[in-house]
Amino acid sequence: MPTLTIDGQQVTVPPGTTIIQAADQLGITIPRYCYHPGLSIAGNCRICLVEVEKAPKLQIACYTPVADGMVVHTGSDKTLKARQEVLEFLLANHPLDCPVCDQAGECELQNYYMDHGRYEARFLEQKVKKSKKATPIGPTVMLDQERCILCSRCVRFTDEISKTSELGIFHRGDHAELDVVPGRALDNAYAGNVVDICPVGALTDRDFRFKARVWYLSSSPSVCPGCSRGCNIEIHYVLDRPYLADGARVMRLKPRYNPAVNQWWMCDEGRYGYKAIDRARLVQPMGRTQGLSPQGTVPSADSVSHPLVWDLAMTEAAQHLQEAQTRNQLGQWGVLPSPQMTNEELFLARQLFQERLGVACDGRVAERPATGDNFLMTADKSPNRRGMAAIFSETTDQKGTVPQGDSPLLAERAAAGELKGLIVFDHDLVALYGEAVARTVAQRVFLIYVGSHDTATSRLAHLVLPSAVYAEKDGTFTNVDGRVQRIVKAFEPLSGARGGLEIVADLARRLGAAFPHTTAAEVFRAIGASVPAFQGLTYETLGAHGAPLATAEAVTV
Amino acid sequence: MIRKRELTFWERMYLPEIIRGVALTSRHFVRNLAIHTLHAVGLAKHRSAAVTYQYPEQPRPLAPRLRTRHRLTLREDGTPRCVACMMCETVCPARCITIVAGEHPDPNIEKYPTRFDIDLGVCIYCGYCVEACPEDAIRMDTQILDIAAYSRAEMKLDLHELLNPSLRKPVKACSLPFPHRCAVRGDPHAAGPEQPLHGPIFIGGDVTRAAGMEDQAQQARQIEAPHPVPLPSGEREKGEGRGNG
Repeated sequence: MPTLTIDGQQVTVPPGTTIIQAADQLGITIPRYCYHPGLSIAGNCRICLVEVEKAPKLQIACYTPVADGMVVHTGSDKTLKARQEVLEFLLANHPLDCPVCDQAGECELQNYYMDHGRYEARFLEQKVKKSKKATPIGPTVMLDQERCILCSRCVRFTDEISKTSELGIFHRGDHAELDVVPGRALDNAYAGNVVDICPVGALTDRDFRFKARVWYLSSSPSVCPGCSRGCNIEIHYVLDRPYLADGARVMRLKPRYNPAVNQWWMCDEGRYGYKAIDRARLVQPMGRTQGLSPQGTVPSADSVSHPLVWDLAMTEAAQHLQEAQTRNQLGQWGVLPSPQMTNEELFLARQLFQERLGVACDGRVAERPATGDNFLMTADKSPNRRGMAAIFSETTDQKGTVPQGDSPLLAERAAAGELKGLIVFDHDLVALYGEAVARTVAQRVFLIYVGSHDTATSRLAHLVLPSAVYAEKDGTFTNVDGRVQRIVKAFEPLSGARGGLEIVADLARRLGAAFPHTTAAEVFRAIGASVPAFQGLTYETLGAHGAPLATAEAVTV
Repeated sequence: MIRKRELTFWERMYLPEIIRGVALTSRHFVRNLAIHTLHAVGLAKHRSAAVTYQYPEQPRPLAPRLRTRHRLTLREDGTPRCVACMMCETVCPARCITIVAGEHPDPNIEKYPTRFDIDLGVCIYCGYCVEACPEDAIRMDTQILDIAAYSRAEMKLDLHELLNPSLRKPVKACSLPFPHRCAVRGDPHAAGPEQPLHGPIFIGGDVTRAAGMEDQAQQARQIEAPHPVPLPSGEREKGEGRGNG
């Protein structure tokens, strides 16, 4: 293993490592445009030139393999001079349109110019004008050839990661320009990633175009709920300028590096899935009666739904459960937990409904058919089915509350009129079982809907309790490989909606069975203590990249 | 602590100081009267005397660099020079500027504001927006100082008033030749959401702000605290145990 010295610090790395990788290990950042750890090495931008002792010329750090005894200087006068001159070349034909460029603020040309450039312009020649300004090259991406520095990261991405090869660099010399292959469009399912890896403003996001300046954005780490892969993401949102996107808070999602899940990438479906956060949300509890419904009755599904205050809505839900309790009819109630819920919410629901009340919880919910691919996207479009299976698998206790294999689904039992009440979390029964079944359910059972969005089911339900979406709550999701990953609350739930934990805990309190744990971290500790699959996991051990379930193989979905 | 100066004997005599003050006032009166008289007959033009401006009939002349009501400058085609880079919005310490960007029909310009409001009730006239502008698109040189309104909403300048400084609310007709969020034409988004748009919003969970909801809260309060759910024997320990774990 070669040992080398970078800026006076010694580091030992495996043979074949390049200088830039060794420097990254030491926390020394060498400027880069074309180098990206997830792509092959091109070595064409030259900004990473460093001084290597005993070498006649400066070497590019991204493509020079380390050797034993190598002494590298990343901050010597010679290196800094070279960096400045490389920048001068790169900026020779670069337009000065930072004010209208969406990349401004997160642009490496701007950053490195301020760090290493700051030269007096001496370019007197005519700038080479590329063809006309920004043009869409696909459904999600805009290309501005003038701004391109020809680092070829995007070309390598389409060749190596998406394997679709839509992009190429055409012509030669200072006429070289990036473009899509004639007759094609950049329309692969991962196209949005080229915007992330573009170090300048050549490739920008059509969805984010002109929406906000990047310095307005706040960022919060999370996990994409679009499918069971659980790609790590950052939620970029703006709370103090509601006029920017007509009141929407989330501006965009960006992938967050996780070597075990998505590396640097995410799919476009997930990337633009954020729009539901601020659209068609439920913002107030609704009920079919303007006060409490008469006990033990099911209001007509055709009656008008009225807004309720939270206190009254929760009281009504608690009273219906209590009534069933005193009449010994809890066996005729059912709960449909959802794989959209966090592990914490599922656990609290299990504790309250299954363990304390003895209400049947059915984790086997029909799936909407969807397709995945062999890279990141999975066919299962819910983020926590694995976690739901782990939490609800082990309570097949003497009451037999988890229906075995071929027993009828709860929803079917409800439609058959075997149930008196049904609590549905997040599911849209209409989409899953069809309009007719959902209508029958709503006519025969008292239907409580706990969910974030206005769906056909929420319109059928007798009592609607609006809950928070993933960006508005703390918790964990368990991805398809059994990796438990944290989601962090970016902002408060829409006023009028409440977190799922809060709703279940409030219901428990009203039923006189308050939980000792309320915050997500406390609930997760309780999960770790009582669910074998989560043994030994805490928010601290999960860290930024999550951790696998203790019994990752044992749990099957 | 400020110590009060002891009056001298001369000052305590009272009358001499009174006479001194009246003399000072009289000197200015006589001087102004004399110089204005000389001005009237065309003499001593280089000497100035105190004047009273009969505002608002006679406005006082302003220094050309005085920061006054804002305006947005125009391109030759009548669209704003502003490219909606939001530098002014970013630098504004009072946060009185609101910009929403749109796609300019000319691809070489790319970006322009479809909404540009300045809330003069909030503006502190620091002039940072003019300093920050890379396009010379905003200036504070209209020499308009008398900004009065009957409501806070009227203190806001929109695109119409900013592009045409002679306009002031209520603007009756819109003649801006480019797409924009226009309150004059009845665009509901022209003023934009002050709060996120999500239908009726009730702050907090239990605060009753909608009409008729006080009764519901009352009704809910009157309901007795529910009895604890009797758990089957042996279940309580199990349930609690899990919970406490």
